[in-house]
This record gives sequence, structure tokens and C-alpha cells, in this order.
Amino acid sequence: MTTRPIAARPPMNIVIVGHVDHGKSTLIGRLLHETGSLPDGKLEELKRISERRGMPLEWSFVLDSFQAERDQAVTIDTTRIWFKTRTRDYVIIDAPGHREFLKNMVSGAAGAEAAVLVVDAEEGVREQSRRHAYLLQLLGLRQVIVAVNKMDLVGYACDRFAAVQAEITAYLDELGIHPLAVVPISAREGDTLTRPSPHMTWYEGQPLLDCLDRFVPSSHPVERPFRMPVQDVYKFDHRRIIVGRVESGVLRVGDTVLFSPANRAAKVRSIEEFGSTVTPVEARAGQVVGITLDEQIFVERGDIASHAEHAPILTNVFRTHVFWLAHRQLAVGDRFKLKLATRETPVTVHAIERVIDTDSLAGGKRDAVGRNEVAEVILRSREMLALDEHTAATATGRCVLVDTYETVGGGIISMRGYPDQRQALTVKATNITSVDHLLTAEARALRNAHKGGVIWFTGLSGSGKSTLAMQLEKRLFAKGWQVYVLDGDNVRHGLNADLGFSPQDRAENIRRVGEVAALFARAGIVAITAFISPYRADRQRARTAAGDAFHEIHIKADLATCETRDPKGLYRKARAGEITDFTGISAPYEEPEAPELVVDTTGASIDECVSQIAAYLERLTVVGTAAAAG
Amino acid sequence: MLSYLDELEAQTLYILREAFNRISPLGMLWSIGKDSTALLWMVRKAFFGHVPIPMIQLDTAMELPEVYEFRDWITREWGLNLVVEMCPPEEEMDQTLPPASRAAARKTEGLRNLLARDKYHGMLVGIRRDEQSMRAKERVFSPRSLDGAWDFRDQPPEFWDQYKTEFPDGVHVRIHPLLHWTELDIWRYTKREGIPIVPLYLSQNGKRYRSLGEKNITFPIDSTAATIDDIIAELEVTRTPERAGRAMDHEAEDSFERLRASGYM
Repeated sequence: MTTRPIAARPPMNIVIVGHVDHGKSTLIGRLLHETGSLPDGKLEELKRISERRGMPLEWSFVLDSFQAERDQAVTIDTTRIWFKTRTRDYVIIDAPGHREFLKNMVSGAAGAEAAVLVVDAEEGVREQSRRHAYLLQLLGLRQVIVAVNKMDLVGYACDRFAAVQAEITAYLDELGIHPLAVVPISAREGDTLTRPSPHMTWYEGQPLLDCLDRFVPSSHPVERPFRMPVQDVYKFDHRRIIVGRVESGVLRVGDTVLFSPANRAAKVRSIEEFGSTVTPVEARAGQVVGITLDEQIFVERGDIASHAEHAPILTNVFRTHVFWLAHRQLAVGDRFKLKLATRETPVTVHAIERVIDTDSLAGGKRDAVGRNEVAEVILRSREMLALDEHTAATATGRCVLVDTYETVGGGIISMRGYPDQRQALTVKATNITSVDHLLTAEARALRNAHKGGVIWFTGLSGSGKSTLAMQLEKRLFAKGWQVYVLDGDNVRHGLNADLGFSPQDRAENIRRVGEVAALFARAGIVAITAFISPYRADRQRARTAAGDAFHEIHIKADLATCETRDPKGLYRKARAGEITDFTGISAPYEEPEAPELVVDTTGASIDECVSQIAAYLERLTVVGTAAAAG
Repeated sequence: MLSYLDELEAQTLYILREAFNRISPLGMLWSIGKDSTALLWMVRKAFFGHVPIPMIQLDTAMELPEVYEFRDWITREWGLNLVVEMCPPEEEMDQTLPPASRAAARKTEGLRNLLARDKYHGMLVGIRRDEQSMRAKERVFSPRSLDGAWDFRDQPPEFWDQYKTEFPDGVHVRIHPLLHWTELDIWRYTKREGIPIVPLYLSQNGKRYRSLGEKNITFPIDSTAATIDDIIAELEVTRTPERAGRAMDHEAEDSFERLRASGYM
């Protein structure tokens, strides 16, 4: 027993994971005993209970305090236990190993700073050893120690330890986890826990407890860009106080803060704290604060406060790496409530990119994600969301999925292949008034005998967009129509010469083409655009720019066909990895949900396709005289 | 740098504000003890000096007189909306429970009556994980069925501070904003903040209450700790569990588990 005072200092939160029956609870029970952390009477109680059940002293009974658990000898839920070493206090979260208890393991591990992965020396690395390690990585835990347990059962053999060590470190390596130490122990016999074991003189490393003391405590990301998701807005008295937790960065009185996704900004007038004798001038990551603004802009729960120069991403579609906890499967088209920081909003599963086999780390294309599986899915929301890449900002870069009342999964966010829509949504010039024309659209249509329009072709590279656009232009021109094709090459050499092929630049490319095409349409001309335009959000913006004059035509051919055609040899280069972000291969193509027309070019001739489109465009024809339009 | 106590406080304020935003009507159980009084202190911090939640005392008329005095004084000082719920008598309790557990079960019944009558959807409760190994299994937002029962075998997942805040009709949620605190943390915080406490916690004539409960089932411990500093020094070396003076915990191997499963705090 220790008589040393316990400092008022943060404990290190650790989680113990590993396959069922590899000895997690036993290890914890034994650690508590070895560190003098068991309350008086507990050891005697343990001995009594074990004797009554006719078993040898069972250390895991310390944690398995529920009657039900003692009877089934299985840990059901996470249990938090405090213990202390010479240097600091620890909180251990006992994460159970049973497969169906993944949600409890996640509940425990998500709150931990570091992990001990227990592997049975006799059984070696098993399915849950890998799955748990994978989840640690997904939950962002990088500090791991491996305890190779039950060394007594393998005769304390050095070569057996070396084999298990090689197996587990190879797997962890692939996940990017480099364990601080791999320690051979016997929890039951107390080997290599607090001191070197006489049975394993071949082991030259530190005992487990000393290794734990090498874990580095996590700290709040003060140096990262400022983020504060708004929790609530209070008006208990004359003040209107916006409350939330500073997740990263620092906020100072006088700073201009931007609230996303609404894109409204105001200056911080004060940082409020009840009962404080000094008026705070700044709020740092980790603090739960209240602020008042100099202007009464509309702010609500769910908004994310940032500085304007490091604003979060705005998007309505994103990629998430999810762990799925529900009994029912996750499938394309499913609708959920998304919780992202303090925002709650409906989302739809747009695609399941791959389901990950945590044994082999291979990813396969599947239609559904089963309970306890890990997958990469694309989610789409109706409203614009403010979020971050998980690697850039943890709290605003992860989300939880809720189905009716139940939390069914969690995931970390990646925008790989998707653009930030902030730039496109932000109107920079505000001192513009539109000038009214003295000519009506009807007058122009009557002069031309057809209405203006944007004929928006979308489809994979090689689907036939350019070919059909040129043929259609020729045919409409022959009919006497005012028609012009905007295609990739003619705008990229001029209007968009400053843009590359990143998701961001592609989005901007399409935005400009959409605006130009809309101007053509308003001028009474039929503008045909031939761009892959893979993102639904971009096409939606082009539709908004042109209004009723917009006609989305999906030029459709399956990927295999397009790849065989490969007119510019691009697929070959993409497959060889010479081109990155190539639609259909390494970047997404989002098919139109409700295009005005679908033209399947897989089996049809060019002429048939052009005729199909021309027939559709008959609706633009106008009969009458210019005089009648007045 | 935030101190450790600042960190604990920040987490509690965050939970209180989540509860206040997501759950309505919301109440708080105030036992007048050190934990729920520290929690009440943090309610005032979270809401900038206001206490926008009713403070509910489950009263058995068996508390020590000092407890009632303290209650009335704080209620006046802090302008609380105090709701006193009288618990049904012991004779109406499950007679198969051991005697002290039966006395404790009165509070469970009192709470059940309150919930049924006033339709609270959420109740803030100041329990901590380190108090008792059953409580260690709790969630921060812990749903209860209509009869108050707790299904510890099938608790909702809880991670990344995303709490379960929506429930079908008839379910209420216990919210535990102090789950991550220890007994020592509470005392250190009480000391730092200057939070008032019932004087029974301090030693008189070699005895003090470490945990306050009804006078018939709670007993003082031997102690010379006459100030909060003394209490902190005492706790730093003790290996006696906090609830050792609570008779109901020790009547049978599973007595506390039975109480909890049927809705006890």
C-alpha cells in the first residue's frame, strides 16, 4: 500500500483491448493488486467468491462485478477503474472482447488516449486482436503497447514470444501503428508486470507498468485553426450568449468570427464566465465558453465558429470511414440522422465504396455493410454542411449516424475526390445591381424561332459527349438554330486557363462554364456543354444559374465500354497511375438523379443518339412572329 | 494550460448544456450531499448565474436536521426552484429486499411517482463512476424504461461526446454529468471554489460522515478531519470504500445491483 499523496493531476486514460479470453480482465485485476489500488477487503472478497465457486483465485472478478457477468464469466460492458504508478494515475477502461460487444468497446476506446493490446501467447493473433487494432487506428489512437499474455502456458519460451511479436507488429505496421513496446507477461502469475520476471531473463525490455509510464498524455490542439461548434444560444438576461466548446485553436476578444455554413460574421465583444474575478480575454482549446458578439447576427446550434482565413469546408457530400454497430445492415439509399459536432441533419447513403476485411485489410465492393463491419461510404445531405477533414480537425471531422432513436455507427470524414464548395457559394462582390434589359426572352426566341437553352451533357470520359455535341451542333445549325458548343478544350485554353484538375479546380471550371452557358441561353442561343461534370452539386449550381432553360442530358456508357473506346488514351494512363483523380477510376462520378434525358451510347450509333436528342429539343421550337410578341 | 479540475469542470458544463438543450422537461436530483451540491454549483456556472432547472429532493423525512437546514439556506441564497417529493413509506417496499435496501428503495419509488406525475424526460443525477463498481458501468446519458429499470446488458453506444438524446414515449433519461469525477476530485473542487457543504462532513468528536444518507441507514466514520484540507489528506491515504457507511451496499453480494436495476440512483 502506498501512502504517497496523489497529486491533483489528470489521469492517463487507457483502454485494454484484445480477443476474448486472452486475459484482459485478469490483467487489470492483477495490475490493481500489484499497484496497491484494491480497496481493503476486496482481495479477501475475491478469494471468498472464487472458493465458493470452486475456482482458483480469479482476478477478473474485480471488474466483473455484476452477478450476471460472474455467472457467464464474460465482461459485458466497459468499466472504469483507477490505479496509480509511481509517476501518475491511470483510468483503465476494460473493453470486452466478444464480437457482439463492439459498441461497448467503441464506447470505451473512443475516450482513451492510449491502448494495451492483449494477445494470448498460445493462441497468437486472432480475429478480434486485428479488429480491435483496426478500430484503435480508426478512433485515432496511435499509442499502443502489446502485452503477450499467458507466457506461463508456453513455458516462457522466447521463440514463441518472438513469433507472436512478429505477427502482431507486421499487422500494426500496415495500419501505421508502431507499438511503444511488446512485453511478454503472465497476468495470472504476475510475470513482467511491475518487475523483470525470473522466468524470462531473455527479455531485455521494461516491465509492463514502466512501459505504460511512457505513454504521452494527449493535449488540446491549441495550435490548430480555431473551431467552436455552437451548442446553444442563451438569453437569460439582457445578454445574448453563444455557448460551445473550443475544440481547437484560440479565440480572442475582438476577433472576427465566421459562422458556417450560414457564412455570417461578427466581432467577439466579450468572453463570458460566471463568478470569475478577471474578465477573460481569450478562450483556448478545451475550454467550454460563452461569447457575445458586437452585432446581432443569426446564430444557432450546429453552426461552426471559425476565423475567416481558416474556415471549415462546405459541402453536401462527403466520404466517411464508418464502423457499423446496428443489427440491421447499412445499404445504399438508407436515410439517417447525422450528428456532426452539434449539428443534426438528415443524410442519405449515396454509395458504399468498399467494405474492409480487418483480417486481410483488403477492401471489397459490396451492396451492404453488416454489424460490426468497417466500410468507406459516401453520404449526401440535403443542406450544406460545415465540416473538416478528420486529419485536420478531429471534432469537426467525424460524425455519428442515428437511426430513429439508436446510434448505429460512427465515422471519420475524408473529402478525397470531393471539392470544397465554399468558394462557389460565396458571393465576393456585393456592390452589384443587375441592369434590366429592354428586350424580353420571348422577343429573342421569336426572332430565332427557338428558345435559348443550356444543353448540359454529363457522363464519363469516353461516353461520347464531345462527339455527340459536335454532331448535334451541326444538325441544329443546319435547321437554322443559333447554337454553340462549349467543350473542355475551348474553355480550358482561355476562360479557365488558370485551372488544373484538383477537385477544387474542377468545381470552379464547371461553375464558370455553367455561368457562361446561362448567359448564352439568355442571349437566345442554344449552348451545348460537353463536360464530365462528375459532381451533382456542381450540376445543380449550373441548373440554378440557367433556371428553366437548363436541360441535363446523361450521356451514358458503362465504364468498360468507355475504357475500350479511350479516345485520348487517358484510361490507360489513369490505370498506370500516371493521372490521379481520374473520374471513374480514382475519383467519383455521381450519376444524375433526374436528368431530362438519358442517352445510352453503349449499343447505339452516333446518328441514332443525335436524333434522340434533337427530337427532345423540338420543345424549344417557337412558332409565331416577332410582331406578335410586341 | 487548463488544470485538471478545469478539465473536469469543462466536461461537466458541456454535458449540462447538452442536456438543457436536448431534453425537456429536465430536472435535477439534489440530495443536498457534496456531489449534487458541487453539480448545482456547476449548473450556476453553465447558465451564467441562473438555475433554469428545478432542484428535486427525494425526501424520506429521515435526513439529519443539518441537511434540512442547509437545503433551506441554499434554496434561499441561490433562488432555487426547489421541489420536495415525499417518498412512500417503507411498508410499501419489496419485502424480499434486506432492511437497509428496503429503506433505500423508498427513494426509487419517490422518483417513480415524480416521473409519472410530472412527466420529466430527463433527470440530472450526480453519481460518479468511482463510487461503486455498478455505477462504473453507467453511461452519461442513460435511458430508463417507464418503470425506471436499467438494462445494463444493452446500453447505447456512447462516444465522441455524442449522447443519446431522443427516446420513444415512456422512456426517460438519467444524465450523469459527474460520472468522470472521483471523490477526491469533488473535495478538491469544493475547496478551490469555496462551495458550501453540510457541516456533517467535517469531524466532530472524532466522527464524520463520509457519505450522507438517511439517519437510519448511514453511519459516520472514525475521523479527525475537521476541514476540507483534512478530508483531502485523509482520502489520499484511505483504502476504505466511500460507501462503507451505507448499510444497504453490504447486505448481500448483489443488493446494490438489485437496487440499481430497479431504478435506484
